Amino acid sequence: MTDLLWLVIVLPLFGSVFLHFFGRRLGEPVAGWVATLAMAGSFVVAFGAALPFFRGTGENLQVVLWEWMPAVGATFELTWDPLAALMTLIVTGVGSLIHLYSIGYMSGDERFSRFFVYLNLFAASMLTLVLAGNYAMLFLGWELVGLCSYLLISFWFTKPSAAAAGKKAFVVNRIGDFGFMVGLMLIFTSFGTLSYAGIFERAPEVLDTGVATAIGLLLLVGAIGKSAQIPLYVWLPDAMEGPTPVSALIHAATMVTAGVYVVARSAPIYQLAPFAAGTVATIGALTALWAASIALAQNDIKKVLAYSTISQLGYMFLGVGAAAYVAGVFHLMTHAFFKALLFLGAGSVIHGMADEQDMRKMGGLARHMPITAITMGVATLAIAGIPPFSGFWSKDEILGVAFEAGGWFVVLWVVGVVTAMLTAFYMTRQFVMVFLGEPRWDEGVHPHESPRTMTVPLLVLALLAFGGGFVNTPWRTGLEHFLEPAFEGVAVAQPPKELSTFFLLGGVSVVAGVLGIVAAYLAYRRPAEAWRRFQESLGAPWRWWEQAYRVDDLYGALVVAPGKALAERAAFSFDLRIVDGAVNGVAWVVRRVGTALRPLQTGFVRNYGVVFVAGTVAVVAWLLVVGRGI
Amino acid sequence: MLTWLILTPVVGAAVVALLPRRRPELYLPVGVALSLIPLALAGVLFFEFETGEAGFQFLQQALWYEPLGISYRVGVDGISLGLIVLTAVLVPISLAASTSIDRRVKEFVVYILLLEAGLFGVFVALDLFLFFVFFEAILVPMYFIIGIWGGERRIYAAVKFFLYTAVGSALMLAAIIALAVMHARQTGAPSFDFADLLALDLSPSTQRWLFAAFGLAFAIKVPIFPLHTWLPDAHVEAPTAGSVLLAGVLLKLGTYGFLRFNLTLFPQATVDLVTVLAVLAVVGIIYGGLVAIVQPDLKKLVAYSSVSHLGFIVLGTFALTSGGLQGGVIQMINHGLTTGALFLLVGMIYERRHTKKIADFGGLAKVMPVYAGFFLFMAFASIGLPGLNGFIGEFLVLVGSFATLPVYAVIAAFGVILAAVYLLWAYERVFTGVPDKPENQRLVDLSGREIAILAPLVVLVLVLGLYPKVLLDKVAPSTEAILDRIEQTTDFQVPEPGRLADVFVAEGEGR
Repeated sequence: MTDLLWLVIVLPLFGSVFLHFFGRRLGEPVAGWVATLAMAGSFVVAFGAALPFFRGTGENLQVVLWEWMPAVGATFELTWDPLAALMTLIVTGVGSLIHLYSIGYMSGDERFSRFFVYLNLFAASMLTLVLAGNYAMLFLGWELVGLCSYLLISFWFTKPSAAAAGKKAFVVNRIGDFGFMVGLMLIFTSFGTLSYAGIFERAPEVLDTGVATAIGLLLLVGAIGKSAQIPLYVWLPDAMEGPTPVSALIHAATMVTAGVYVVARSAPIYQLAPFAAGTVATIGALTALWAASIALAQNDIKKVLAYSTISQLGYMFLGVGAAAYVAGVFHLMTHAFFKALLFLGAGSVIHGMADEQDMRKMGGLARHMPITAITMGVATLAIAGIPPFSGFWSKDEILGVAFEAGGWFVVLWVVGVVTAMLTAFYMTRQFVMVFLGEPRWDEGVHPHESPRTMTVPLLVLALLAFGGGFVNTPWRTGLEHFLEPAFEGVAVAQPPKELSTFFLLGGVSVVAGVLGIVAAYLAYRRPAEAWRRFQESLGAPWRWWEQAYRVDDLYGALVVAPGKALAERAAFSFDLRIVDGAVNGVAWVVRRVGTALRPLQTGFVRNYGVVFVAGTVAVVAWLLVVGRGI
Repeated sequence: MLTWLILTPVVGAAVVALLPRRRPELYLPVGVALSLIPLALAGVLFFEFETGEAGFQFLQQALWYEPLGISYRVGVDGISLGLIVLTAVLVPISLAASTSIDRRVKEFVVYILLLEAGLFGVFVALDLFLFFVFFEAILVPMYFIIGIWGGERRIYAAVKFFLYTAVGSALMLAAIIALAVMHARQTGAPSFDFADLLALDLSPSTQRWLFAAFGLAFAIKVPIFPLHTWLPDAHVEAPTAGSVLLAGVLLKLGTYGFLRFNLTLFPQATVDLVTVLAVLAVVGIIYGGLVAIVQPDLKKLVAYSSVSHLGFIVLGTFALTSGGLQGGVIQMINHGLTTGALFLLVGMIYERRHTKKIADFGGLAKVMPVYAGFFLFMAFASIGLPGLNGFIGEFLVLVGSFATLPVYAVIAAFGVILAAVYLLWAYERVFTGVPDKPENQRLVDLSGREIAILAPLVVLVLVLGLYPKVLLDKVAPSTEAILDRIEQTTDFQVPEPGRLADVFVAEGEGR
């Protein structure tokens, strides 16, 4: 099956091209089914190709397809190892479910087939990113997912906020790409190639700590953009303008994890650069806490999940930064399950509530949307870190490693535990505000359960969000074993092995989670006036969280406004008046001189001729004088 | 073969000129049809070209004026090949896009075809005098194209274009003559033959003066900051076809000239002056991008984006590495395709709305989805999205330059952020939102003809983006030959890829 690996990318790519030309004729829902089948086909191929890894007989592959830019070491080249395989299965698996869900969610949209063109294109791009065998091709996928993200965030482009959000996402990501690109320059100049195979093996001999650190930090800049970490996370909350399946697929389960993937993929480099790795972990932990605090006070159902995603990605950064590559990727996987589920559940709620997203206008929906409520409940417990739900296992493995690493990492562990409590709080708050209590709906809203194309994915994801953690527990380290061949020669940090430590650390985070859940339940189970009073009682901090620390305003004042002013100064004062003014000034002087000398002649071409001949003669004469020394 | 290439557009122009006056509707279609002949010739040239050879092919020569050593000598190598094909592709396209030209159509077609002949001539000329003749000859048709069929301030723009570029070339002519004279002094007979002049022994200071004289002419053409202000004026006033050819091909005369003549004739001066050019290139990249952001006129925005994009070519050229030079050459082609396409697109909307002001639009994606799709595609090609052509040049230049000009390469990389800002912000204002202005609600989407005009460019953008090997394989030997020459004639060493230590040691020594 590994010979057919290219099909994994080509199937959705073909689906996209096909639907681009024929999608409108196929119409609804056929176009959606075509896209879903392309995605599912890709999953089947990937699964077949991954089977040897499950059996433990797989071999890492590196396949060169064709040369791209040989002068800078860029080729089209695929890699197939357990890490790529796992990512591929997540992308195609969760992707298939979200494609299926979209058939229901997007029904009635006038650009129904266009949506699937973009969705399939996104899948192909994301698969390019994870299957890439060198950094140039990785960058290709990296930018193409950014393009799809742009297209899908501003899918409803007649809404100015959606159009602006798409642009913001792309531009902010470009800032990250700048760092990434400089990183690639440094890699190529160090190794003479961009191919993983040529880099990772030779990394220890080629790189000294300084260069390794520089590369690690530069790649991190790119990762920060794509994975929405401090300080470049501001695009992700705005990205919620896109249709909800997009938020689930791109802005929760797959694309935003690309930064984590890059760090994990570049493990051999980070291994040589402890400072860079520590920076990854620190930024991750800080982002986790920062975003979780903002999520506490959001009232938009999707905004809560957006900040939650930023926060959870922070955990993954903490993991891979602490060299816990398995744990980081593990959390990437469980997060893909439960966060995709949360977004799809939120979409189901929005769908059932006639496009209402304000949780203050929800309440009591459990009775009307039982499947949505139950599945979202599962996801809430998973993200809150309550055993045996999946999130517990992966999050605790990360926290365990951080604790075990000692020193500065213990501080990060504390941050992680506090974040866990906040996470449990805001997720429970969301669940209670949406599904429990008294209805606070607007008039004319008749909530209803969603169609089967939407509930089936919810149920499947709920199963995964519940049980997905069992692949790697202290008793059965299946995932660790599976990923081993991908991290050959890398010292992967391990969580504490003694069960007593595990129970102690696990106990701490479970207590944190339960505290968060109970507090949120007590605060929000009461009528709306009561929790409003509770929020007000928190005073200024709550208002800061509600306004997301006004970071957008800060960036606006610090970067956007001065940048625009500078550009205007350059364009209208400097370029027009000074540069062009000088040119016209010279012309004016020449014309005045010309007029003075030859008052009867006005033809420009004549002027030209005179200047031309005189200049030529003068210069030739002069050059000959100067050139005499030769 | 090459002579035919130059002659067919001239003959075409004559045929159009002889068309009966009472059949004006024929001028344009006949012009398009005739311009397909040089396209076919260029196609043959491309496929017959011996890949892997560094030197000039399809050589032809004839004596012109022996006493002065002037000869008609033409040939093609990997550097000029792509530019010839680009010219041959863009001319039929820009003619086909000129249906809105409503007066003096015959002359218009004639001028475009003569311009094409001149461009072919410049790229194949291997005699410096011949090169100069073509270099100057191009100005005339372009001057008339802007001056007759341009916008309101067309006279001002045309004169500015003409005088500005002519001043530069006057110095170049002086330098060319000086070279011939030196040849006479060293060997006894004057010569303008490029190959002969390469053999000259020039002192470093002479090289520097001559480099400057050539360089000024080319720098104005590129244009390199701060010599760029003729460009936005010329573009804004020029008719669509004029803009397409101006941005698509004429600007490349400057970068081509640097690569073909400055690097080879004056290698020592090149090595000495790398920093100056790198600074100007990087300033152009950032400055052009910054100024583009706030342009209120769509065409001016694209014009300033050219200043930024051409900066990458200059940077790559003077990086003096394989990646940099290849990137520079391929960026010339790529910029021609994407910017040409963007000018075509701006022209198409101008024909409908008679305005290019960004503020006059809004929500166009709703009424013209196909148009919006093409625009966005070309915008992303221009932004440098991997998979499309623009990325190839930029990436080669950036990664290639890092080995010799690390600081400048990093600053230049910052330019890729600006490209996203100015193009996507413009797209947002023109295409998204609700089309609330009544004039915009009735706009008709692209016609079959317009789609047919853009489609070949889309294909080329994709081919060069995904499989640039078709071109790079032909370019690389010729650019390598230039690097070899520089290494042999100066003490400059092209750094080996994979030797980071060299970069910073060299940097420390002040190069």
